[in-house]
Amino acid sequence: MFTALLVMIFLAVLLGLVLGYSAIKFKVDGDPMVARIDAILPQTQCGQCGYPGCKPYATAIAKGEADINQCPPGGDTGAKALAELMGVEFKPLNQEHGVQKPKSVALIDESTCIGCTLCIQACPVDAILGAAKQMHTIIASECTGCELCLPPCPVDCITMEPVLENSQSWKWKYPVYNIQNASGA
Amino acid sequence: MQFKNIFKFNGGVHPNENKSLSTSLPIGSLPIPKKLVLPLRQHVGRVAKLKVKPGDQVLKGQIIAEADGNISASIHAPTSGKILKISEEILPHPSGLPDFCITIEPDFKDTWVEKKPISWKKLDRSKLIEALSQSGIVGLGGAVFPTHMKLKINQSQPINTLVINAAECEPFITCDDMLMRERADEIIQGALIAQTILDAKECVVGIENNKIEAYEALKKAAQKTTIEIKVVPTVYPSGDAKRLIYLLMGIEVPKEKRSVDLGIQVFNVATVAAIYRYLELGEPSISRVVTITGAVKAPQNYEVLFGTPLSELIVAAGGSSNKTKKFIMGGPMMGFDLPSIHVPVTKAMNCVIESSPELFPAPKPVMPCIRCARCADACPVNLQPQELYWFSKSSQLEKARDYNLFDCIECGCCTYVCPSKIPLVQFYRYAKSEIIAQDKSKEAANTARERNEFRLARIEREKKERAERNAQKALGANEKQADDEKKSTIAAAMERVKQTQQENIKN
Repeated sequence: MFTALLVMIFLAVLLGLVLGYSAIKFKVDGDPMVARIDAILPQTQCGQCGYPGCKPYATAIAKGEADINQCPPGGDTGAKALAELMGVEFKPLNQEHGVQKPKSVALIDESTCIGCTLCIQACPVDAILGAAKQMHTIIASECTGCELCLPPCPVDCITMEPVLENSQSWKWKYPVYNIQNASGA
Repeated sequence: MQFKNIFKFNGGVHPNENKSLSTSLPIGSLPIPKKLVLPLRQHVGRVAKLKVKPGDQVLKGQIIAEADGNISASIHAPTSGKILKISEEILPHPSGLPDFCITIEPDFKDTWVEKKPISWKKLDRSKLIEALSQSGIVGLGGAVFPTHMKLKINQSQPINTLVINAAECEPFITCDDMLMRERADEIIQGALIAQTILDAKECVVGIENNKIEAYEALKKAAQKTTIEIKVVPTVYPSGDAKRLIYLLMGIEVPKEKRSVDLGIQVFNVATVAAIYRYLELGEPSISRVVTITGAVKAPQNYEVLFGTPLSELIVAAGGSSNKTKKFIMGGPMMGFDLPSIHVPVTKAMNCVIESSPELFPAPKPVMPCIRCARCADACPVNLQPQELYWFSKSSQLEKARDYNLFDCIECGCCTYVCPSKIPLVQFYRYAKSEIIAQDKSKEAANTARERNEFRLARIEREKKERAERNAQKALGANEKQADDEKKSTIAAAMERVKQTQQENIKN
């Protein structure tokens, strides 16, 4: 009996040491859940969810403070993916936060722009190029279409242009075919 | 002809060939059309850079758009004339969407720029590849990948075998067949050039056994060379590069690897002929052989200048013989319906088939999948098409990817054998383009996240720097105050001393 006790104590100490060591060695920095939620969010950084960006919203979801259906750019698909990750029931997009729009990018009417830099300060992804009293322009490939540059513009020279399909971004459509009357077949 | 050392791949089908329709007449030529429309994007990779503006006069063979970077190809004026406009025109693409094109109004003089043949035997390899990057030559089998990139040698893996793809396995298409019959010498010379550039030990031509005349012509042209002409059985899709490599050498190119990783490079016959013409004759890629067949009155092959409106080719082939006006680009297995007959002939256009109810009867009604797995037996890539179909149909894209959707070559064998007439390949194309679009937006989201995080970090850093500066300033101000206090104390003390001294003097 004594041997058995010794063996058990030895095992307990050993495993305790291993677990204790790995808890320090393999410590995960930050909340991994936040990163996983953030990976689903579209990174538009538009703030329509009520938080100042995608990451703060992800943090709020992880804490249980925010609902999963507050992201209009993500739409129902995004809400579905979040519901699956969080293990909760799917909810359609909450219209209070906005509606899902087709992807667009901002366009500055360069002849109207007065070079006030207000839009540059508003852009969450540094996608506007320009300097004080110089013309500004949007780097279209980096623009997320968040619309945050629209309200600060004092001369209303920014418009949102929907991204049109070209032969490079064109996608094959889901095949549809008519179901024929069985007697005609 | 007998098959020696041939390794048969799994699956494949044998549809009606319909090749004899367009092989009775030699390769014809078209008169120069009234206008030529040249898309800036006729190849895989980056779109070519414009080198002309409307109103410019150009000569035949002059570069009008230059290759932009390595994976890109130049575009040359197919004849002499004036640049009419640069505008968006409809392209021969399944989307039917417009893209930028250069329109040339020919002057019908057909004046060449000075042709500069290249003494390729004397030039070193890197110079030769640089010269070829100006040639505008892309893979003419249909993949339109810039050819000069395929001639670069990877130091770690030398090329052992050069395979010349002469299989042309799709029904109806005969442009390579006719090219081999009439210009076998050019092909063999081109193959020898490519072999020299690649420093390949051996060169094998793979040709299907339904092209006897072409085989004889190649055999004759290759008599005094070490090039081996190997006959492969007529099974669709033997013309797929990886299938042909297997047929000829018994080597399966593994998933996510290219044949060059195994020391094998593959060129189409028309591509090597174009290499020959560029280096020996100084003629860049300005035309190709196109098969016009199907329901047209006089099916034939034509040497067509790039940019020629398809309608002119149809007129040359005797015009349309039915009212449907439906044209297919490519073969019946992998081709697609053209959006209009006013599209230009491009580097990728090897064949145009006029559809008719007799040739291509309306599809029978689609029935549910009965899990017979005939598609799996027919799949030359050894996939499970039925699984891919279920996943694609239910948009379970990740699952479809796991089942190697991207190894699918869209050959259409599964659709061909499906007893339920399900358009399987259409589902795979849908799933593929959906996955590609998702990956792209994921990538864009990652960039946006990075840029946002960087911006927040920058704002934070600037704030900290400002705070530090302010603190330092405040510190400086304090010191000055302390200094002042000291000074005033000293001054006060001096004052007191003075006063006492004066009082002392008075006393």
